Amino acid sequence: MTTNDRPVTGPIAHILSLAFDKNDVGGRRFLLILAVVTVAVPLLNMLPETSPFYVSTYTLTLMGKYLCYAILALSVDLIWGYCGIMSLGHGAFFTLGGYAMGMYLMRQIGERGVYGDPILPDFMVFLDWSELPWYWLGFDSFSFAMLMVLVVPGLLAFIFGWLAFRSRVTGVYLSIITQAMTYALMLAFFRNDMGFGGNNGLTDFKDILGFSLQADSTRAILFVITALALALAYLLSRFIVNSKLGRVIVSVRDAESRTRFIGYKVEHYKLFVFVLSAVIAGIAGALYVPQVGIINPGEFSPINSIEIIIWVAIGGRGTLYGAILGAILVNYAKTYFTGALPEVWLFMLGGLFVVTTLYLPKGVIGIANQVKDRYREQASKKQDQQMDSIKTENADTLSVEDPN
Amino acid sequence: MKSENSSWLKRLGLGIGALALSFTTATSATAGDTIKVGVLHSLSGTMAISETTLKDTVMMMIDVQNSKGGLLGKKLEAVVVDPASNWPLFAEKAKELLDKEKVDVIFGCWTSVSRKSVLPVIEELNGLLFYPVQYEGEESSKNVFYTGAAPNQQAIPAVDYLAAQGVERWILAGTDYVYPRTTNKILESYLKSQGVKPEDIMINYTPFGHSDWQTIVSNIKAFGSKGKKTAVVSTINGDANVPFYKELGNQGISAEDIPVIAFSVGEEELSGIDTAPLVGHLAAWNYFMSAESKDNDAFIDNWQKYIKSDERVTNDPMEATYIGFNMWAKAVEKANSVDVDTVREAMYGVTVPNLTGGIAVMNTNHHLSKPVLIGEIQDDGQFEIVWQTKGEVTGDAWTNYLPESKWVVSDWTAPISCGNYNIKTGKCSGQVY
Amino acid sequence: MTIIQKQSTQRPSLPHPIKTIKLTFLLGIYGFLLAISTFAFAVPESTEPPPSLTNDSIFETALNKLNQKNFAQKNQAITEFSNLKDNRVLNTLIALKEGELFYVKKTKQIGFSEKKEALYVLTDPVTSKIIGEFKKRKIKKISLNNSLRTLIRQTIAGLQLSSQDKQTRLDAATSIIKKPSKDLLPTLEKAIALETDETVLLRLTKARAVINISDPSADVRLASVHRLEGSLLPEIRSLLNAMLIVEDDGSFREPSEEVRAAATIALESINDQVQVYKFAENLFFGISLGSVLLLSAVGLAITFGVMGVINMAHGEMMMIGAYTTYVIQLLMPNHIEYSLMVAIPAAFLVAGLMGIIIERGIIRHLYGRPLETLLATFGLSLVLQQLVRSIFSPLNRSVYTPDWMSGSWEINGALSLTYNRLYIIFFALAVLIALILLLKKSRFGLQMRAVTQNRSMARAIGIRTSWVDAMTFGLGSGIAGIAGVALSQLTNVGPNLGQAYIIDSFMVVVFGGVGNLFGTFFAAMSLGIANKFIEPYAGAVLAKILILVFIIIFIQRRPRGLFALKGRAAED
Repeated sequence: MTTNDRPVTGPIAHILSLAFDKNDVGGRRFLLILAVVTVAVPLLNMLPETSPFYVSTYTLTLMGKYLCYAILALSVDLIWGYCGIMSLGHGAFFTLGGYAMGMYLMRQIGERGVYGDPILPDFMVFLDWSELPWYWLGFDSFSFAMLMVLVVPGLLAFIFGWLAFRSRVTGVYLSIITQAMTYALMLAFFRNDMGFGGNNGLTDFKDILGFSLQADSTRAILFVITALALALAYLLSRFIVNSKLGRVIVSVRDAESRTRFIGYKVEHYKLFVFVLSAVIAGIAGALYVPQVGIINPGEFSPINSIEIIIWVAIGGRGTLYGAILGAILVNYAKTYFTGALPEVWLFMLGGLFVVTTLYLPKGVIGIANQVKDRYREQASKKQDQQMDSIKTENADTLSVEDPN
Repeated sequence: MKSENSSWLKRLGLGIGALALSFTTATSATAGDTIKVGVLHSLSGTMAISETTLKDTVMMMIDVQNSKGGLLGKKLEAVVVDPASNWPLFAEKAKELLDKEKVDVIFGCWTSVSRKSVLPVIEELNGLLFYPVQYEGEESSKNVFYTGAAPNQQAIPAVDYLAAQGVERWILAGTDYVYPRTTNKILESYLKSQGVKPEDIMINYTPFGHSDWQTIVSNIKAFGSKGKKTAVVSTINGDANVPFYKELGNQGISAEDIPVIAFSVGEEELSGIDTAPLVGHLAAWNYFMSAESKDNDAFIDNWQKYIKSDERVTNDPMEATYIGFNMWAKAVEKANSVDVDTVREAMYGVTVPNLTGGIAVMNTNHHLSKPVLIGEIQDDGQFEIVWQTKGEVTGDAWTNYLPESKWVVSDWTAPISCGNYNIKTGKCSGQVY
Repeated sequence: MTIIQKQSTQRPSLPHPIKTIKLTFLLGIYGFLLAISTFAFAVPESTEPPPSLTNDSIFETALNKLNQKNFAQKNQAITEFSNLKDNRVLNTLIALKEGELFYVKKTKQIGFSEKKEALYVLTDPVTSKIIGEFKKRKIKKISLNNSLRTLIRQTIAGLQLSSQDKQTRLDAATSIIKKPSKDLLPTLEKAIALETDETVLLRLTKARAVINISDPSADVRLASVHRLEGSLLPEIRSLLNAMLIVEDDGSFREPSEEVRAAATIALESINDQVQVYKFAENLFFGISLGSVLLLSAVGLAITFGVMGVINMAHGEMMMIGAYTTYVIQLLMPNHIEYSLMVAIPAAFLVAGLMGIIIERGIIRHLYGRPLETLLATFGLSLVLQQLVRSIFSPLNRSVYTPDWMSGSWEINGALSLTYNRLYIIFFALAVLIALILLLKKSRFGLQMRAVTQNRSMARAIGIRTSWVDAMTFGLGSGIAGIAGVALSQLTNVGPNLGQAYIIDSFMVVVFGGVGNLFGTFFAAMSLGIANKFIEPYAGAVLAKILILVFIIIFIQRRPRGLFALKGRAAED
């Protein structure tokens, strides 16, 4: 999928030049901040507790959780912001990735479970299962589990997308059937007979690759890995949207029929982005589970998937870093409000959603542009018309990542 | 252009910096000269229906304690958070309460999954949780005191009562999650040991919030027309109960034909139902609002005054919260400290009068000894107590009716000091301390 | 009369006290009934009530004994009380059964209670004089348990067998069939002997057969089994089934092989019929589920289907409708039977008005950005839920079901259709038809269709499009409000009510084809019926999962739903 229409010095340099796009100012700043946070937070965590700069482990894991959500939001922005597919089922891919990781962690408990069975997880002992069901086999191996983190969401997305895109299911119809998908999965995983722990899900994890999950050092490492994963996912997404493939994807979003008439296999492009996005969501889920310590079918809930869309919308759709900012902002607001204003926080959150959609159609990232526009309007009254129009044009091409 | 973009950077950087700063400043806040009581009950989402009442109960108890001068000369201060019926959020909020707010005790949780989610956090940070809801047992954590009923304090006496009324055929109907699964498993094994044939037991699970009960109620009717007196043992949870009972009433199944005995339906749930068609159906609890005692009258008066409504009812988990809170207060005074380990040691053997009469005792397995009561629903939404155990029943963390937990006991005092001790192998498993 | 009474009292004491009670009870009732029935049937033109045969003090003593803590003693007291030959007994027993017999906590005085606003008025059963008005916590109900309730029901049925009213006698016989008691046999025989009405007589002999099915004589049992052939009542099926139960020692509960054979044959023919009715019942369940889906989806078919607003607050509009029902019932406690009639228009107005406000305040700014309406309305749904929690508390509210909607229409023993669901089916159809008429026949409907099909052209010919938009959204929301009234009769009225139905509603609208009311109707009905026919085999959860998977696959085959709109309007 590399493009050949530009002079390049080598494929890797080309990929890097696309990933580290020199026009992607917001992205570079984001990566810079991320790098600082990734280094600083674990270091500050090692300070003595009395230090004013001490970052507690609570904060560390909380931030790790936000970063997982940020990866998830990124994957949704890729599919929604650039390809125009509003998936109301991305929570499903996230949760499946999480379950794959959870199953590995479950197997790691071994004899330390409540009933002390060396192989079967507690809930299976409890349901009188005599042996592991086939779909649990292999999850004692970390590498197999990690493979499944990628394969299971990817495969589901592939089958689902292949069927849906081939039949040209679009718009709200597609949104609603992705919602049906995650809803069906939720109902299925709620069943105790499915062998995934029912409503309780998978919990009581002990360690990962031999490192205790309760240890501060493990948590710091998980945090760093999550931050790195976010950076990589960002670069990969940036690379894709900047490549020729990315332009086709955007043209699919803006004029699907035309793109098809030109001769592109629209289904293939959509499917590629959908599967990739699902895999990224799966990775986010896999990183999420060891940090929060539980995965259960509630994560499949359609409401959760809608919330992801909202993070992206609040941050600013179609900018990649906007989605990341949105995920962090909304979740921080949630953490803050549920603690500070437990009785009325839903008013705040709901109100935030309404206000954002009404007044910030381009999300928080768009505020700056709106302010600039306003400023420019006033300025235009005083200044030369021509000068102003040039400025506007330039500013727009830079700050709004809309290739049209 | 450059300058415009750099203002962007500043803003973004400032935002994230402020975010990080707000974390650091928040964590540096430490406890002052109050005793902090964490309240971890959902105030929004699906469980708000049940849990909000318990939050109010804890707040009332704190008020009452403060009006008596607080504890150890300090005032109690409530720290309320909303885990929003979201299970991972329960863990996060528990961490916030312990790590950031430095609370000395937490009252909270309702569903089993929320407790399971909080458990690793509480154990790791050595917190103290009082869990006030009837539950499936098979657990005894060092850091949790279970003031609700264990299965042997609810399910088994209930079945015994019905069997004495001539019931020979049983429908075990529940919501598909761990509490009904465990309870039904225990009951199935118990009933079989009492000579009930397998074909006389029907087990049915439905999803959370199930609202269309037509088929199942019709099946219950058919199962009940096989010539033997039939009863339904219901572990149906929360919201699903209203449509279930409505359908029962409408399809003409009265308590005299097929009585339903429920373990999750209390006064609070009934206050949302028109109870006229339900008269005579049963529930088994450790407390009913209709129990006649001075303590209970005072509790109800206090509650209705606190909540400013004389329509509001009281229920079993409220009593469990009441007992748990009072026990904790007593233990703190006994230990003359709020240190978790000292309070925990002081808890064993602490007694508090039940609201239904008699005395509740905290045992070394972190479960209570409480009486078991069976009540019939009346048309005013109250229960008429039709039966009760002679004395208190000791809560059993590990049931004897399941093969895997038959040999497991819990005792948090020396020499065992383990919540999961197998007396056959002499091993203490499932613990990370 | 007196002779019989003497007999019962002079009878030498039997060794077992309970037997004595039973016997006295029996004879007492017998005598009493004899008196009344002679009175009632021999002199039917007389309208005077039977005279009181006991004096007040005896009656009062027996009455006061009803208030005992111990249920065994209470049982005895009820038996003794019902033995009194007194016309006040029946009313008192009925009051006791209905939970209307209270006592004053302080004085222990017993009285019929009647709620009068916040207070309870007690009337003395002895003198029919008012005792006084009391607060709820000053008085207490005389409690019963299930076995006492059964005993009273049987006693009342026995007493009512001699009623002058034909319907009362018929009901009494049915009551005996459902709750047979050997003690009633002599009374029943007497009633049969005196009965002149054909229907009542048939019912009475059936009741006798139900009792006689446990007679010591095999011949009597055989005759009873024959008499019960073809009856579909579950109680009778249960009795016949009981005969075939194998006890632990391998013997049958029914010793006679001949009787067992007769019972088997009777059961076989009954079961064949039951199978047929079972199918009909399943169909009814499916249609009923379908009509609930239809009601909850039809409002969405307007806001989402016609206007293209992905209205996540649709569920909350239903919730508002349900809460309106609750408030209306609070406002009219004295006419609560008719509250639903008021609640339907009220819910339509409240939810509709709410819809108009939402449209003017929020949706208006978002036309042409359908996906963003999802975000705004989702936020709105959170706010509305929390608003309801703040106003009405997070607890569920109790909505009263009027008598005419309770219970079921018993077509026969095997098939009974519950009234609430029956009404809801008709109601859903009525709403659908009214809506279709509004859209097809009214001026507003015409304008609405014009605006949705070509907004600028509609504006060009002078339609106030913004007004039409607001009204359309209000209409969709109002219908959701009406659905809420119906749901309040089926399920919880609480802040989560809407959440439970929103996803299903979207599925129905999309499956049926966006913008097509007939599609919505067919989708709701077929999904409802399919669900109910899968459920017996797969269970409730799997049935739902299968339906969802089916919808996903179906949309692949027909990407625009069951009834896709054709032409210009079909384009996005």
